[in-house]
Amino acid sequence: MYVAVKGGETAIAHSLHLIADRRRGDRDLAELTLEQIDQQLGLAVDRVMTEGSCYDRRLAALAIKQARGDLIEAIFLLRAYRTTLPRFGDSEPLDTARMVAERRISAAFKDVPGGQVLGPTYDYTHRLLDFSLAVAADRPEAPTAPADTAHALPHVGDILAREGLLEPPPEATGERPDDLTRHPLSLPADRPLRLQNLARGDEGFLLALGYSTQRGYGNNHPFVGEIRYGHVPVAFIPEELGFAIEIAEIDVTECDMVNQFAGSHDVPPQFTRGYGLAFGHAERKAIAMALVDRALRARELAESADSPAQDEEFVLAHSDNVEASGFVQHLKLPHYVDFQSELVVVRALRAEVEERNRRAAEQAVTLSQAAE
Amino acid sequence: MPDTSITEGAYNYAYLDEQTKRMIRRAILKAVAVPGYQVPFGGREMPLPYGWGTGGIQVTAAIIGRDDTLKVIDQGADDTTNAVSIRRFFAHVADVATTTRTEEATIIQTRHRVPETPLKGGQILVFQVPIPEPLRMLEPRETETRTLHALSEYGVMQVSLYESIARHGRISKSYNYPVQVNGRYIMSPSPIPKFDNPKLDRSPALQLYGAGREKRIYAVPPYTPVKSLDFDDHPFEIERWNECCAFCGSTESFLDEMIVDDAGKRLFVCSDTDYCEGRR
Amino acid sequence: MSGTLSSLSPGLADPSHDAQQLFREVLDAFSHPGRIVTLADAPQGPGMISPAATAYLLTLADRDTPLWLAPSFNTPEVRDYLRFHTGTPIIEDRAAATFAVLSHDDADPFEGFASGTDTYPDRSATLLIEVPALGTGPVRTGRGPGIKGETQLAIAGLDDWFWRQCATNHALFPCGVDLIFTTGSQLLALPRSISVEVSPCTSR
Repeated sequence: MYVAVKGGETAIAHSLHLIADRRRGDRDLAELTLEQIDQQLGLAVDRVMTEGSCYDRRLAALAIKQARGDLIEAIFLLRAYRTTLPRFGDSEPLDTARMVAERRISAAFKDVPGGQVLGPTYDYTHRLLDFSLAVAADRPEAPTAPADTAHALPHVGDILAREGLLEPPPEATGERPDDLTRHPLSLPADRPLRLQNLARGDEGFLLALGYSTQRGYGNNHPFVGEIRYGHVPVAFIPEELGFAIEIAEIDVTECDMVNQFAGSHDVPPQFTRGYGLAFGHAERKAIAMALVDRALRARELAESADSPAQDEEFVLAHSDNVEASGFVQHLKLPHYVDFQSELVVVRALRAEVEERNRRAAEQAVTLSQAAE
Repeated sequence: MPDTSITEGAYNYAYLDEQTKRMIRRAILKAVAVPGYQVPFGGREMPLPYGWGTGGIQVTAAIIGRDDTLKVIDQGADDTTNAVSIRRFFAHVADVATTTRTEEATIIQTRHRVPETPLKGGQILVFQVPIPEPLRMLEPRETETRTLHALSEYGVMQVSLYESIARHGRISKSYNYPVQVNGRYIMSPSPIPKFDNPKLDRSPALQLYGAGREKRIYAVPPYTPVKSLDFDDHPFEIERWNECCAFCGSTESFLDEMIVDDAGKRLFVCSDTDYCEGRR
Repeated sequence: MSGTLSSLSPGLADPSHDAQQLFREVLDAFSHPGRIVTLADAPQGPGMISPAATAYLLTLADRDTPLWLAPSFNTPEVRDYLRFHTGTPIIEDRAAATFAVLSHDDADPFEGFASGTDTYPDRSATLLIEVPALGTGPVRTGRGPGIKGETQLAIAGLDDWFWRQCATNHALFPCGVDLIFTTGSQLLALPRSISVEVSPCTSR
């Protein structure tokens, strides 16, 4: 009986051995390599990098392997590593107009300068299980045209903005945005801070919130102005050089959402924007983020804000799956002291009620006897 | 040991980098200067999950040194799994001596209990806090609760306690029982049973409270009045047991109730294992 | 940088462990207002400012904590030393300072420093005030969190005007600045939560 309280040290050691054993699975099968995870489970790697807010395919693959494919656990592993890394500085903002796009579509126009580029997408696959994948086989390579690196790919939104139909992108204030990984969220939050939070936010949570806006909980009449996915250069200005150098090229997915806006007394009707950005190829995440970003601008645009997706405190405080997963699962920890306190109080309350009832019954008997 | 998460040299002393420690240390000093006020701090992801003591761990990591002796308890016991896990973490990353003896410890990190053995001056008690805001369940919005604290507008808490009396004839809150620190801030003592609340009052030890997920640190300096909220006609009272500890016979300590057979036979034992062993 | 790096006096010998040790001594002082705490391993620093103030800044200041220096301490030696060892920005605007080093005879020591807001009282400055001595001078009574009952404290070089300002600062609670008095390798903390009687009990 005392086992429940004693022997924690040994029990934990055994548990750690077991999880390592289960992770490896059947020893007759080849062990997964990080390269395999990176190459063949690439979208999982993308999600872990995005919500782990660390662009490193190899580390993300390692985290996925260590977490046995539990992506939220993998995101946590990557975050906890990332936070210990020294910080050399901040990169220059990404210029996604310079993207070498593998995919780029607009749903708002039939055709756009630069063309609709489908690229690799599940959108037009029929969701039939492909049993030929069940066994390893030689797979032919897809024929591809050489990437067009010579021309910048203009943003569809800019074309609308030139006409004044779409709000321009926010002016650069020169102010350094606050950094969520260094300072706690303070409310009300400005848009850069909200976007940071959403970019790190759980895909499932944002998906559900974005979906809720489409079903009337804060509808903002969205059109996908553009989604693009491809490589962008990352530039950094080292203190000692004083000018920007390209240090890397990363894959990102960007969603520019165009939303209706009725206008107000002073402002003529104009389309507004919601913005989404994710590492790697993650269109569901980018679209959901753009919907929620737009929903959270309700106050700024003087719209009524009574739906969950428009509630800044609600959304920003609950979007992080590392926080949420930890706190939800902490219910597994022992709580027996608090439960004991509750037991003592509930027993006392029950005893008082029983005592009251008993006395009332006695009194009733006395009264009825007196009446006889 | 299959634990390979910490490789020698890959992490700084006590896990956190020096810049993060300075940030937390500054927050701790502000917390001590404004007792009971929740200081926001740039909480970091820790290698343990949120809700499992990351706030307490960050506070401990920011204060601990090679000369310290650390005790970690969960539910009053040194040997509960989470206490073992956290103690092992610090033994590993901070190269620090550990103990289960309350009187030997310089730092005691705790979840849900205050040791029965009275604390001494110079000791630091670090609480793991899940929800630092005592008004949170009455008002979910941070912007609102922050204003209520600023204005010392605590009517909502009094009303909630009074409703409990109206409904049950007594204040039914049994743990995480709200306190007022030095007559100013209402504070969550963390989910300790109200049995432990009197130990917070004018304690010679320094109390530091860390909430990792919520990114808040607060403190109660030594000898500071900590009053459990109550009413003149319904004074604060603590849990009592008719039983005594089955191991040490104590009638003074917080008792855990254990079901020992299928018939539901109960056994009561001290929740504070160190206190209990010291008496046997 | 006006001097060469090699002419700078050393900072903390063992940055991680020395800073930890010093922080605990500072925490002890904050938790026990009025207690004179000796910082055993305070480095000599650049001169001009005391080893205790130097140690405090080496332990707690960095690029996130703008520092205001009183003119008498704002010398190239002090600036170079602190910039090199802590990276702290040294600024002219009192209102933006996280930390400040002042002299005991500053005419208006509290003026202009951030005292926090009602909703964020933590966003206030911490003032290091260099004094001729701790433990001598007029004895005053202090009360508040961290003090058992009351404590007697004596700090040399401060007049009644200072203590009246100090009382005004305390009246702002939970806002207000926090004070640390330094001399040699000793320091004494008076957080805003502490009330100190303006008139001394006796003279020592």
